[in-house]
Amino acid sequence: MTTTQPPVFEGVDAPHAASGLRGVIGRRRAARRPDETGDRGIVSDHDRKNRGVKVGMGGVHFVLFVGLVIAGLGPLLWLAKSAVTPTQDTLRQPLALWPNGIDWANLPQAWNDVHIDQFFWNTIVIAAGSWFFQLLVATTAGYALSVLRPRYAPILNGAILATLFIPAVVLLVPLYLTIVNPPLLGDVSLLNNYLAVWLPAAANAFNILLVKRFFDALPREVFEAAKTDGAGPFRLFWSIVLPMSKPILGVVSVFAIIAAWKDFLWPMLVLPDPAVQPLSVRLPAVQQSIELDVFLAALAISTLIPVVLFLVFQGVFLRSAGLGGAVKG
Amino acid sequence: MTLSTKHQAPTEGDPVPRPASGPMVPAPPARRPRTRNLRTWVRGGGLSTLVFLAPMLIVFTVFSWSPIVQSVIMSLQETNLLDAPTWVGLDNFVHVLNDPLLGTAILNTLYFALLALLFGFPLPIVVAVLMSEVRRAKGFYSALAYLPVVVPPVVAVLLWKVFYDASPTGLFNTILGWVGIPPQPWLQSSATAMPSLVLEATWAAAGGSIIIYLAALLSVPPELYDAAEVDGASIWNKIWHVTLPQLRGILFIMLILQVIATAQVFLEPFLFTGGGPNNATVTILLLIYRYAFQNSLGGDYGEATALSVMLAIVLALLSWLYFKLTERWSTS
Repeated sequence: MTTTQPPVFEGVDAPHAASGLRGVIGRRRAARRPDETGDRGIVSDHDRKNRGVKVGMGGVHFVLFVGLVIAGLGPLLWLAKSAVTPTQDTLRQPLALWPNGIDWANLPQAWNDVHIDQFFWNTIVIAAGSWFFQLLVATTAGYALSVLRPRYAPILNGAILATLFIPAVVLLVPLYLTIVNPPLLGDVSLLNNYLAVWLPAAANAFNILLVKRFFDALPREVFEAAKTDGAGPFRLFWSIVLPMSKPILGVVSVFAIIAAWKDFLWPMLVLPDPAVQPLSVRLPAVQQSIELDVFLAALAISTLIPVVLFLVFQGVFLRSAGLGGAVKG
Repeated sequence: MTLSTKHQAPTEGDPVPRPASGPMVPAPPARRPRTRNLRTWVRGGGLSTLVFLAPMLIVFTVFSWSPIVQSVIMSLQETNLLDAPTWVGLDNFVHVLNDPLLGTAILNTLYFALLALLFGFPLPIVVAVLMSEVRRAKGFYSALAYLPVVVPPVVAVLLWKVFYDASPTGLFNTILGWVGIPPQPWLQSSATAMPSLVLEATWAAAGGSIIIYLAALLSVPPELYDAAEVDGASIWNKIWHVTLPQLRGILFIMLILQVIATAQVFLEPFLFTGGGPNNATVTILLLIYRYAFQNSLGGDYGEATALSVMLAIVLALLSWLYFKLTERWSTS
């Protein structure tokens, strides 16, 4: 451990002091580099020199590696293998490394005959619409409540916050009846209309809270300067606030798309027509009518896109997951 | 609500007087007889503010605020989609409370929550602590741990249903066979069905918790470990007396979140077993679903909402507790 006493810079002028300080901090960081993040953990460097601890850490490392590979990767690899394995092989020897035959035809069969292509498209349309409406509502409301701040803003804040305490289950039946018979539209029903999924998803208090807190932290001087230059509220929103808010827009987007991709019960209720249903609703329904190998191929195709998205945008996903605990949300 | 009052900071450099408005009615001009005030209100930005608020107001009114109120009303009514609803007082509640399945559903839900607490709660903590101590390949491990969370839940359940094949050549039974354990019935016996659901649910959710705990572990001040070492603390001492006490805020929050989530468990029992065998996996939410949407006599929306309202009151108390805690957590 380096000394914790602050370095003294007597008779040194400010710029030098600053650079000197930076040098010290830099060195301290460098000295700690082995601890990866720059912070130390529970096991100290001193502990790590102990032989018992060394062996123990090696064991921990091994168990962690094997456990995480089996639990995290195992089921996906099995699914990938079974997607191209004939049904009988999967049933008789589910864990055989090399199947007797490879049945590539499963994949096109699932895609074309089971109409996974159609349901895939439906899922994408549902996710895209939910994303759009959630962003629209969260950014406009966040902007109005954080930047424009009308007198009645506290009342709206309270009303939005209050919905966080109401679990989604209580809304299930009344919301369903609202969709069957929407207000002000007469006899039109929103059943089998994607708006029935998009709009309720947009009534998301958590999104508004996240966006509003982010907007609250933006520097007000910039807004004042823009206003002095003649920017109106719309210009301010579109050209100043939104471009400054890309990080939080990314987080809300990830939340919105994942939630839409995962949702099952609600789309099942409001989209009874199979032609418009997403994968999550169709997969359990087609299970009975198709062979196991084709079904597993369908499952594999449905998993591919989210997994690839995750591997590409790992950073955003994991950061959002940390936020998902609402630790700071 | 400290949150709402906090942002009542003085309206910055905007001397134009805005008319006060009644609660929930953000359209003040109608109550102002003089057009001059209307004009100053529009010029002061009142109208454009309303334009920005409109999407939120419409969506929340139709799909959030009014359904919340409706659910309370509907729980006191006999409703079907054909006739006008009639008031029946507390009849729906009496019916629900007299349903012999309700006790089963509550016990099953509590059993699910308890098992999830035993398996699912400690596991991510242990994994996160171990992961934070392994110096190499942290990103790789985080990605591996998070992968199951990325798999769509419906796919995960359907895949595990194949794993749970009760024949001796089923995947899990094959593995058990390697270590000499006889094949298990998994989803097909009322004794093993619920633990099987919890096992899958734990696998599906652990990754998210691990990532959250990893972030929390980073915020433990390293000086505390230094100080503990000066006092001669062993590694185990440090975990027990420094790490866990430092994490207790987030641990409690995660505990409440998990209880709220498990109380609303639906997907697993619905897709794995449909509530069987012998109603061993009927949960409260499955019962609500059956009242409303799987009723041969047509939807019994009154009973469904009555049960939802009762569940919601319990959960709202928990959410309130959660909110109070996170607020303290993020301001401190």
